Amino acid sequence: MSFDTNLFWDSLFSREFANGALLAIVVALIAQAGGIVIGFLLALIRMNKVPVLSHIAWFYIWILRALPTLLVLLIVWNAFPQFIPSMKDPWFTPFIAACIGLGFQEGAYMSEILRSALSAVDEGQNTAARALGMTPIQSMRRVLIPQMIRVAIPPTSNEFINMIKYTSLASVIALQELLTRAQVQVASTFRYAEYYAAAAVYYLVIVSVLTIAQSRLEKRYLWTSRQPHVTTPVETETP
Amino acid sequence: MHTEPGSPLLYAEGITKSYGQQHVLRSTDFSVREGEVKAILGRSGSGKSTLLRCTALLELPDSGNIWFKGAKLGKKPDSDRWLRETQLARQRREIGMVFQRFNLFPHLTALENVGIGPRTIQGVGADECAERAMAELKHVDMAQCAGKYPQELSGGQQQRVAIARALVMNPKVMLFDEPTSALDPELVGGVLKVMERLASEGMTMVVVTHEVRFARHVADTVVMFHEGRIVEEATPEEFFDDPKSDATRQFLKHVI
Ligand SMILES: Nc1ncnc2c1ncn2[C@@H]1O[C@H](COP(=O)(O)OP(=O)(O)OP(=O)(O)O)[C@@H](O)[C@H]1O
Ligand SMILES: [Mg+2]
Repeated sequence: MSFDTNLFWDSLFSREFANGALLAIVVALIAQAGGIVIGFLLALIRMNKVPVLSHIAWFYIWILRALPTLLVLLIVWNAFPQFIPSMKDPWFTPFIAACIGLGFQEGAYMSEILRSALSAVDEGQNTAARALGMTPIQSMRRVLIPQMIRVAIPPTSNEFINMIKYTSLASVIALQELLTRAQVQVASTFRYAEYYAAAAVYYLVIVSVLTIAQSRLEKRYLWTSRQPHVTTPVETETP
Repeated sequence: MHTEPGSPLLYAEGITKSYGQQHVLRSTDFSVREGEVKAILGRSGSGKSTLLRCTALLELPDSGNIWFKGAKLGKKPDSDRWLRETQLARQRREIGMVFQRFNLFPHLTALENVGIGPRTIQGVGADECAERAMAELKHVDMAQCAGKYPQELSGGQQQRVAIARALVMNPKVMLFDEPTSALDPELVGGVLKVMERLASEGMTMVVVTHEVRFARHVADTVVMFHEGRIVEEATPEEFFDDPKSDATRQFLKHVI
């Protein structure tokens, strides 16, 4: 049995594969965004040593870093509805379960990334902001977060690329993402290479686009006036 | 609120501050009159930075009061408890602070560094902020670098932008913590020139410094700080030519 090029091209441009890839991207985006929000809150709670909450945060991170992603997804999809009856209703789809499971676990990873990014910002930055009269929230928003983002871009991009690939684990909870689609085709035709190759191409393209986006983003955070993105016009006046 | 002539604009009364077992400030009294330029000299580790940071409410003293324009700073008039951080933030606006290591915001241009105060804290519109920031940059001879980022500026230039950033908030008093100590010798002059200009314009200034020339020629009063206390306070002439305390004599022997 040789490689059937037509079959490869057909599946590459099939609606099933395109939808599967789109689903993978959407789930990854939602889970990553949720993970960043959760991770940021956890990081703030732990850095400020908020009583009680910081113990809960520590426990959360401990659990979710230890469990395999596959197990987390199975727990969310199968075990949660056992305790929360409303999760048996039709709104609770594999899509939502995947976003929740992946997002909550990502929160644990992101909290460590964001915590170290925040502590990488020089102490004097917050002091200078406070001396100007900024409140803690103003200092966080205008001074600390922009500097934190710069440190967090590379590891977070890495996380997001992993996230794209982790969505394939959601095939165990019957999410119709890219790899599930490929598997379905394989099961009915017993042709492996063509469908796997088509799926691989999608992942390659997605990750390549993300890598380019990352380097663009990093350039924006170089903070030099020799970049084309600079918005403030340089007004030169000779004294 | 109004200060009577001759009464201090800023008065730190009985300030104590300890870090663990280490008593850095020991019931320190310190004051500055409106328009006065006061230089603080003292050995490393004597607590000069701690005094400035407490005065600017960046750190809260263990005990003591800070009076500013005749009212208690950082506390309610009838209370001895310090206000919460958000409320302290409001009170810091009228006190400008300049740091040894400049602490400019690296993600903002010089113009944005100066404009961010009015923009976020006073809620001034973007155009007016840029205008005010530009005027302040001119004031410190830095208008030509408005669009540059801190990492593209020399230490001396950064420090002048940092001075503009504090000035744009229209502070009543400016606190300088060794503003030229981190600079290469050839860059010190530009910063001192700007500070002299401020002094001649009548700005109230407290300057922790090792620049004896500045203390002698620009300051109205020179203070010797030793082991968490002021041990001598005099006009520059008296201070340098006829020092009264042992600590001052010891100190001057080493710097001059
Ligand atoms: N946040 C802090 N935690 C612990 N100890 C501190 C802290 N800040 C200052 N100290 C200690 O307090 C003492 C006085 O420090 P301070 O910075 O006020 O001295 P200084 O007179 O400004 O010295 P220098 O000329 O070196 O700047 C030092 O021994 C220092 O180690
Ligand atoms: Mg100091």
